Amino acid sequence: MAQVAYVRHKMLPEQTPPPNSVGTIGWLRTNLFSGWFNTLLTIVAVLLIFRLLANVLPWALVPTWGGTSLGNCREILQEMGREGHFAGACWGVIRERWLQLFFGFYPSEIYWRPILAFFGLFVALSPILFPEHAFRLIGFSAIYPFIVVYLIWGGSIWGPVMALLGFVIGYMVLKFLTEPLGRLAATIAAFLLPVLWWLFLASPIAGTFANVLPLALQPVESAKVGGFMLAFIIGVTGIAASLPIGIVLALGRRSDLIILKGICVGFIEFIRGVPLITLLFVASTLLNIFMPPGTKFDLVLRVTIMVTLFSSAYMAEVIRGGLAALSKGQYEAADSLGLDYWQSQRLIIMPQALKISIPGIVGNFIGLFKDTTLVSVIALWDPILLSTNIRADTNWNGILWELYGFIAVVFFITCFSMSRYSMYLERKLATDHR
Amino acid sequence: MDESAQMTVSNEVAIRIISMNKWYGAFHVLRDIDMTVYRGERIVICGPSGSGKSTLIRCINALEEHQKGKIVVDGTVLSSDLKNIDKIRSEVGMCFQHFNLFPHLTILENCTLAPIQVRRVPKKEAEETAMHFLEKVKIPEQADKYPGQLSGGQQQRVAIARSLCMRPRIMLFDEPTSALDPEMIKEVLDTMIQLAEEGMTMLCVTHEMGFARQVANRVIFMDDGQIVEQNEPEEFFGKPRSDRTKLFLSQILGH
Repeated sequence: MAQVAYVRHKMLPEQTPPPNSVGTIGWLRTNLFSGWFNTLLTIVAVLLIFRLLANVLPWALVPTWGGTSLGNCREILQEMGREGHFAGACWGVIRERWLQLFFGFYPSEIYWRPILAFFGLFVALSPILFPEHAFRLIGFSAIYPFIVVYLIWGGSIWGPVMALLGFVIGYMVLKFLTEPLGRLAATIAAFLLPVLWWLFLASPIAGTFANVLPLALQPVESAKVGGFMLAFIIGVTGIAASLPIGIVLALGRRSDLIILKGICVGFIEFIRGVPLITLLFVASTLLNIFMPPGTKFDLVLRVTIMVTLFSSAYMAEVIRGGLAALSKGQYEAADSLGLDYWQSQRLIIMPQALKISIPGIVGNFIGLFKDTTLVSVIALWDPILLSTNIRADTNWNGILWELYGFIAVVFFITCFSMSRYSMYLERKLATDHR
Repeated sequence: MDESAQMTVSNEVAIRIISMNKWYGAFHVLRDIDMTVYRGERIVICGPSGSGKSTLIRCINALEEHQKGKIVVDGTVLSSDLKNIDKIRSEVGMCFQHFNLFPHLTILENCTLAPIQVRRVPKKEAEETAMHFLEKVKIPEQADKYPGQLSGGQQQRVAIARSLCMRPRIMLFDEPTSALDPEMIKEVLDTMIQLAEEGMTMLCVTHEMGFARQVANRVIFMDDGQIVEQNEPEEFFGKPRSDRTKLFLSQILGH
């Protein structure tokens, strides 16, 4: 029988790891050259990347920035001694048309308005993206949507102001009438009064003010709004509105109130069961049939609402996944401390559920932003439809790669930024140390 | 124990349960529970798993709803009225088997959240109270850490401190040491003993029979949703009367 008893008398000191397992050499060994098969794969991959760049770079790096037409580009390339289908890119089209790709048919003398709105977007987003540094700006974020409407569509300032006032009315009702009326009555009043205000009072009052003091910008019709500006308007609105709607739908779907639950489930399943293009067609054609005759309901607004509803159904399911991942104990702990339903949702449940759902939520955001290109099917001037329009110009007929490449790069930058931000957010919120 | 002799029980009723019944669907979990808890009592509830002991104490702060009978906590009748439920929950503290700390908040925030939100205590005062109770459970230095950075025993002590910050008059413990590594059980039990010595009314579901002997003034044995036997710890462990109790005790004390 083997010896069982053993006692260690001297404890071992800590030692440094062997040199070829740490540092650059260690990294190369473990990641690129661990074993003959992985070494082979590394070499093949390097060769492939080299071949790709060797073909793309000479095509892309050509001095055709000043080209005035496709024919002119070809001449420039011929002088360099390049011929054939892949002789080189014709970047002149981007130089001539990039403003159109960004702004659509927006009048060029007032480009400052969308540009101002675009920079305002970053100011408005900063308190939401980096609350610990810029939360003081949250008031600006709240009025920013109204500023955008005024800047981009122009017209009298009183329209957006009266629309904003509706929300102020709702807030005031909730704040001052909750005590005397009770929570339920105050909530209903806070919902009904603004709606009545918007329907019956807002536009005559706005008209009166506009007569006294116009403060109007040159109006721009929606058909002229296009390009990446349109993608941003629809995308950012959809993103900002679909998250809260999605949260409400997710909570409704998990509710014990059977009718509320039924409505939420019905809405989510209906929207998810229908292609987005169908909804866009509904927005562009059918919706007008149901409106009272003579109603002017802007097409961009209709489409934005549809995209938002579409996205919020998916959002609801992503958030429901986050809610389901929380243990029942979290609800019970919140309950046992005496927190009411909304307190525990706001302080305990949602911060955790949303954190779990970040990858899904941002995935939805990115999907929504890219889906904005679908509005081309109802003849809104998104970048893709604009590129088709540019090709209809005889100067640029036949140009594909340059335009699509440019559009792809702008979309990539935007979506990749969102993706990186979500990773930053996940790291920042990682407090569970699992 | 001479300390336990000093712990006094008053004649004031803290909790009264009158022929309470509860069903999960068709399953009859609690059957005709009658029970009176006086202020200052330390009651240990034990019994085999599935006997309804956790459900019983969860009914007391309305985490579970009972279908028949009456529960009166601190003079407030437990009905389906939300106001009553919130009132009772803020008077009754509870500790769970799995601690259920809020992982996205620091230890200090865990302790101050409910006082600030429910009791409307100013932030500074709430933080002072929290530090007071964190010192009491002997982990003030962990205040700025997150629950995930603490050991199980420390987390459970934070959970106790979090409940105490609401200044409850009654504490419920639902198997507070069952999920802990053996070497951490003592630190949690010490905290609970300290609490008992200060006169807190405690109902504790636990399998720690040593704790029951040392601290409890009454041990309740439950089986099949009913109270089968209750007695002072000395009598309960020394001369159990029911066969079910004898069987249960022989199983848990047998090795």
